[in-house]
Amino acid sequence: MSTHPPAVTGHGRILLTGGRVLDPTSGTDDHLDVAIADGRIVAVGPQARSALHGADGAGPREGAGGPEATPVRDPADSGIEVVDCTGHWIAPGFVDLHTHLREPGGEAAEDIATGSAAGAAGGYTALCAMANTNPVCDTAAIAELVWRRGREVALVDVFPVGSITRGLEGKELTEIGALRACAAEVDFFSDDGIPLADALVMRRALQYATAFDVVICNHAEDPDLTAGAQMNEGAMSSVLGLAGWPHEAEEIMLARDLILAGGVGARLHVPHVTTAGAVALIGRAKEEGVRVTAEATPHHLLLTDDLVADYDAVMKVNPPVRTDADVQAVRAGLADGTLDVVGTDHAPHAPEIKDQEWEHAPCGMLGLETAFAVVNTTMIATGQLDPLTAIDRFTTGPAAVRDVRGHGRAIAEGADANLVVLDPRTRWTVDAAALHSRARNSPYHGRELIGRPVHTLLRGRFTLRDGEVAAPVVAATERRETA
Amino acid sequence: MTADPRGDTTTAAVSGMAAADGARQRAATAAGGRTAPAAVIGEPAPMPHLLGIDDLDAAQVVRILDTAEQLLPIATRERNTVPTLRGKVVCNLFLEDSTRTRISFDLAAKRLSAEVLNFSAKGSSVSKGESFKDTALTLDAMGVDCVVVRSGSSGAPRQLARYLDVPILNAGDGWHQHPTQALLDVFTMRRHLGALSGRHVVIVGDLLHSRVARSEVQALNLLGAKVSVVAPPTLLPPEVEGWGVELVADLDEVLPDVDVVYLLRVQRERMHRAFFPSSREYSRLWGMDGRRLGLLGDHAIVMHPGPMNRGVEITGEVADCDRAVITEQVTNGIAVRMACLYLLLAAAGGDTEEAR
Repeated sequence: MSTHPPAVTGHGRILLTGGRVLDPTSGTDDHLDVAIADGRIVAVGPQARSALHGADGAGPREGAGGPEATPVRDPADSGIEVVDCTGHWIAPGFVDLHTHLREPGGEAAEDIATGSAAGAAGGYTALCAMANTNPVCDTAAIAELVWRRGREVALVDVFPVGSITRGLEGKELTEIGALRACAAEVDFFSDDGIPLADALVMRRALQYATAFDVVICNHAEDPDLTAGAQMNEGAMSSVLGLAGWPHEAEEIMLARDLILAGGVGARLHVPHVTTAGAVALIGRAKEEGVRVTAEATPHHLLLTDDLVADYDAVMKVNPPVRTDADVQAVRAGLADGTLDVVGTDHAPHAPEIKDQEWEHAPCGMLGLETAFAVVNTTMIATGQLDPLTAIDRFTTGPAAVRDVRGHGRAIAEGADANLVVLDPRTRWTVDAAALHSRARNSPYHGRELIGRPVHTLLRGRFTLRDGEVAAPVVAATERRETA
Repeated sequence: MTADPRGDTTTAAVSGMAAADGARQRAATAAGGRTAPAAVIGEPAPMPHLLGIDDLDAAQVVRILDTAEQLLPIATRERNTVPTLRGKVVCNLFLEDSTRTRISFDLAAKRLSAEVLNFSAKGSSVSKGESFKDTALTLDAMGVDCVVVRSGSSGAPRQLARYLDVPILNAGDGWHQHPTQALLDVFTMRRHLGALSGRHVVIVGDLLHSRVARSEVQALNLLGAKVSVVAPPTLLPPEVEGWGVELVADLDEVLPDVDVVYLLRVQRERMHRAFFPSSREYSRLWGMDGRRLGLLGDHAIVMHPGPMNRGVEITGEVADCDRAVITEQVTNGIAVRMACLYLLLAAAGGDTEEAR
């Protein structure tokens, strides 16, 4: 077995000063300084500055350092980098349970380096890479490959998602035990994109998963009801002449999954909830004690099916963008906790594949770099969601669904310095060509959004500094040379 | 004569080639009640593309119909081909098989002396490894003046219009729109019934999968006709009530009141996806037969966009009777498509023959 690359850790001493600390774990929402030394948080609060004076920031380097921009030296103590966070929010680094990094097999659209860069730009320190790669992530070998490549790039920590069934075929179970035991310690399984239609296989998957207490995540969509479907079914699909994707298709399979998970006591995670009826079903199941968690995507918090009118396939996504009533229900669900997490369903597609007639274009849209801005614009800036709860949905919420080690934790002494500094007020216009993904399929191109990450720190190392993403620690070319 | 210069140009351009006195003919047409009153409908706006009826207003529809009226003698070969579009290249981009529609557009362009380039490609461009945008840019590079596009994919003409600077004419896209079919249908209705305001049309059959139905309802609404629909509930589009139509449960009930029965083609294979049980049951409940013909008023006509499924939505007896104007629709289609090409290419002010 190959040796695994060490987790890259920052070195030196950093003082984040003047920022508003939003820490969902402790419920802290206060202006506090945060002191970081050698990749860990060493103090939070008035003692932060003095804590750094005593810390040894000149220790030996582990792995490579961050981008060597000229640090602002504290005039009182050279050697401490002081980052002025006045007007900004300091939060735990974001955790995405739902990212398509496309590597291996789909590198024309994205790879782990470009996807990690997009993640860092979006304020993420942990990404869960979906299993629908080629080959599928249904063996420990593929899971370790993805996990290790994430460590090499070192812009985010990559946590692979294992498939529920071999080859996403919906028939035989993946070796869940082997994936759980491998270096990537996979505890989250999904055939995402392909609904597990066979109720017996789904029931067995849930039952089997209880042996390891891992999470089963099923794309809730009855495939018979959506045969040939192109967009949300309703007045718009009617006029546009596109086959409709009825809300019943989502709700029927979701209801089935909730009943099955409740019956066997398994943990179920519901990705991309999009309909008012689905939000209601999850709320009821939670009241009944079903071990279910659920996710809202940024696009389902903002986009509606009238945007399909131009037939620009950048708006084509599965599940589809729905009606305003559904958007309002998903927002309400995210605000009241029925939906636990914001998951991006970041789904890059190469332009030559996406620039097709609507019905021939694949589903999926970019999301990592715009996720915070969309939630901030639609819900925080409008007062529908308070900042601390919003941060929970990006951090502690997902960290409660699966084990992402040092991510989504408290901003407290001793914790890994996985942090994001956000400017909640800056207005910017999305330019798809300026995003870090290899693909360009952002549905927000040309749209003005509010809020953006300024700095992202992974174990005390800047992966995003002043809006600039650091270079991958081990670029793809280097890897080939050393392989 | 109208005082608007564009109106003058249209009339002069067509009449100069097609008729001894275009203005007189136009006045006569108006007197015949075939155009909506000028007081109600203003001067039409220019038309950059023809992607769907929903892009048009009533004035634009009337202008197309009036122009078609003047071009009809050329379409029927009572008059010779005119050089109106000489030097223009019209590309028929047919991404879905449709010999009938392609021939109709082919004839329309040739009667106006345009060069016609037929570009047929089945399936999607992705199967050839290029994007739909690449296909569009290829046409652009060939220097065509207008693209007539037929596609099995709803919205393809609108996407093409985003990529290209030349006028795009939708010759049918997926289940979405078939504007020239609707225009030739209302043209045919107007020739039989006069102004359509207040007239009653019942559309029968598979509206869900029908691009014709979507365009037809919008065109009839624009001209002030009342539209009823009768269909198996499985073949009604979601929220069809929002289209401005009246849902009717029983075909027999509505027939005595209508001026037009418009039958949609029903594909037999639909029954295999549980849309309806059998063609026998379909024809009994929603098909037009001799008995139902007897329920119609004396003046009422029967229409069908073709190709017909004899024995399903229409019996041979009805298809071949005097009330059925189905072959007339085909002839009128050439004139209407000539009018659309003319208005997109010549009336836009290009350097066409008559401008010299």
